[in-house]
Amino acid sequence: MPLYHDDDQAMLADSARQFMAEEGAINKQLRHWRDKGCKDGFGHELWKQFGEMGFTGILVAEDDGGLGLGNVEAGIVLEEIGRNLTPSPFLTSSVLAATALAQGSDDLRGRYLPGLLTGDSVFAVAIDEGAKHHPEAIKTKAEKSGNGFKLSGKKDFVIHGASADMIIVAARTSGGDSDADGLTLFAVPKDAAGLSQDAVKLVDSSVATHMTLDGVALAGDAVIGEVDGGRAVLNRMLNAGRIGAAAEGIGVARGAMDMTVDYLKQRKQFGKLIGEFQALQHRASHLYSEVEIARAAVIKAQQLLDAGSQKAELMVSVAKAKVGRTANLAVREGVQMHGGIGMTDEYDIGLYMKRDRALSEFLGDANYHTERVAQLNGY
Amino acid sequence: MADLDAFRSETRAWLEANCPAEMREPVRDEDDVYWGGRKATFKSAAQKSWFEACVAKGYTVPAWPKAYGGAGLDAAEAKILREEMSRIGARPPLSSFGIWMLGPALLKFGTEEQKVKYLNEIARGEIRWCQGYSEPGAGSDLVSMQTFGDDQGDHWVVNGQKIWTSYADAADWIFCLVRTDKTNKYQGITFMLFDMETPGVSTKPILLISGNSPFCETFFDDVKVPKDQFVGEINRGWDVAKYLLGHEREMISGAGGGDRNSAIGAAMLRHSGTLDPILRAELAMFDVDALAYNCMGERFLDEIKVGKAHPAQPNMMKYAGTELNKRRHELMMAAGGSRSLEWDSEETGGGKPSRNWLRTKANSIEGGTSEVMLNVISKRILDLPGA
Repeated sequence: MPLYHDDDQAMLADSARQFMAEEGAINKQLRHWRDKGCKDGFGHELWKQFGEMGFTGILVAEDDGGLGLGNVEAGIVLEEIGRNLTPSPFLTSSVLAATALAQGSDDLRGRYLPGLLTGDSVFAVAIDEGAKHHPEAIKTKAEKSGNGFKLSGKKDFVIHGASADMIIVAARTSGGDSDADGLTLFAVPKDAAGLSQDAVKLVDSSVATHMTLDGVALAGDAVIGEVDGGRAVLNRMLNAGRIGAAAEGIGVARGAMDMTVDYLKQRKQFGKLIGEFQALQHRASHLYSEVEIARAAVIKAQQLLDAGSQKAELMVSVAKAKVGRTANLAVREGVQMHGGIGMTDEYDIGLYMKRDRALSEFLGDANYHTERVAQLNGY
Repeated sequence: MADLDAFRSETRAWLEANCPAEMREPVRDEDDVYWGGRKATFKSAAQKSWFEACVAKGYTVPAWPKAYGGAGLDAAEAKILREEMSRIGARPPLSSFGIWMLGPALLKFGTEEQKVKYLNEIARGEIRWCQGYSEPGAGSDLVSMQTFGDDQGDHWVVNGQKIWTSYADAADWIFCLVRTDKTNKYQGITFMLFDMETPGVSTKPILLISGNSPFCETFFDDVKVPKDQFVGEINRGWDVAKYLLGHEREMISGAGGGDRNSAIGAAMLRHSGTLDPILRAELAMFDVDALAYNCMGERFLDEIKVGKAHPAQPNMMKYAGTELNKRRHELMMAAGGSRSLEWDSEETGGGKPSRNWLRTKANSIEGGTSEVMLNVISKRILDLPGA
């Protein structure tokens, strides 16, 4: 399969680009909701429009009413989300939750997917425990209780947790904290007794929660996949979420780079356009090179995932690590090359810097995924 | 797709039958590479049989038309062949500047007669070519070159000097930039072809910091070149040269295939037995970059086949690929420790680690320096002012 978008994908990219530039624009969404002090950090109307466009169901099977497409297509939408810094629950709901639910029972899919498709429902995932992503060790416990389970533990960095109708929680049903086996994924409704969330606004104006599960009672039908067999479901969900975050990161990087290159062509100092200075030209060109390479890694990983390849997991981490460093370079260079104006809230480049920081941390930062590449390569 | 599946299984069977086991071993040193030409000898029977099988099948230049010695494969078939060769680790049957550089230029600018003659000679490994571009006073600023061809009616008389002529002392013919109009900088250069045995041509190897001499100085002292031995148009050789530099940059960037930039961390651990934590981290960061760059190489080849790649993209590939390769050798030296410092010991194959490390420093100089690549990206891709 060639490493570029086919005709159908190019058409999707065109419509996503147009839609996001119009409806998802920074002033219309990110700044608007931020300045209003919106508790969700995104607009529900826009999320419904995602539904009308069909974006919400990209990773939902056709039999379940979705488009039955893959990670390449989800990534196309995410790249445009990244470029416009569009706040939406797409990554947590339509990528992470949709990938997990695809492995769930008919009952679970019937319960949750219709609301996802229309953009009426928002989903979140609760994986991290502590300030760093480390899903290899999960302490949150789910103990057998009658026909169901009782969940207890604490989760952090639950993006959109406060707005979510359902939260997918990874919990331990057996074994020790770091065992590969013994995990189970649960679909936890927002109003479950014993579930409490402490919402915190993040640097990029997105909203996450610290979540406490205090004996949350769930029926057996809340289990996604097999009891004790959650690791496989979790890994599939993480692969999709990580490459999705990487695709969004490429959008952030390209958005910041394009803005910066434009600025180099407008700003004059010393009687010259600053883009005439070789010191800046070379840095901009190096950045271009890194962004192109990172984007290639993202597309490769998406294609490998969609093909069910054994190499997908490695390439997902390569892509997430590469994008992590590259998008970070793009926003740092962006602010520096904008000079003083780059430090102002009025100018958008700083918003890219904030988004990059939060997005890169989500589902493992560049260091986490670099370590993973070393381990998957056997050293 | 069914046709391609069939092509893949045929190719697999053909490789199985024709590529000897010895030719599936990684290339260890220069002797393992077959360059062809009048002075060439085969290192082994396996090398000879693999080369001859490929010539007969057109697989020394699989994407060239059959009339010119190729196999006439389309983009998808050529990719399958590359994948299948890579899968079994098959060595390239023939390495040659004729394949990488002159051939593409002739395919685009050559006359039918030139294509039939020169391309077939290249495909069959009969003539080994070298490239005469740089001069002592014209490196990055190549267009200021001075080697002059004086028009004598039916021939030119060429005088001047080239430098960094790769393997000039082993080459049979040279493709060479010669000034034919001193009044016109860009449109005063002709892309000439001539035999290195022509009277007045001499070469002198240059000893490098690696202790090796892959490059020569090449001198022209009243060299007679017949007036039909040029490519494109007289005085328009710069167009050919620019086109060809694109191919050179692709080649140096390693986008031409292979896994030169594959991950090295695991191999370094096997080699050294242990890795210091910070070295391990640096290796892991390198591996991320190398594996990502490989994806870029694949994407670049795919895009170039269908005209989707930016025409200046080879400059980006060259820049990133060569910088990466230099970093790779820095890390290999660090992982090897004092052993990798040995200059001529048997254990290091005569100082391979250190000599190879030093060799890579030229990667970001030859064929356009990294700084020139960044200039070109600034100008042609980012469209920055005054670039």
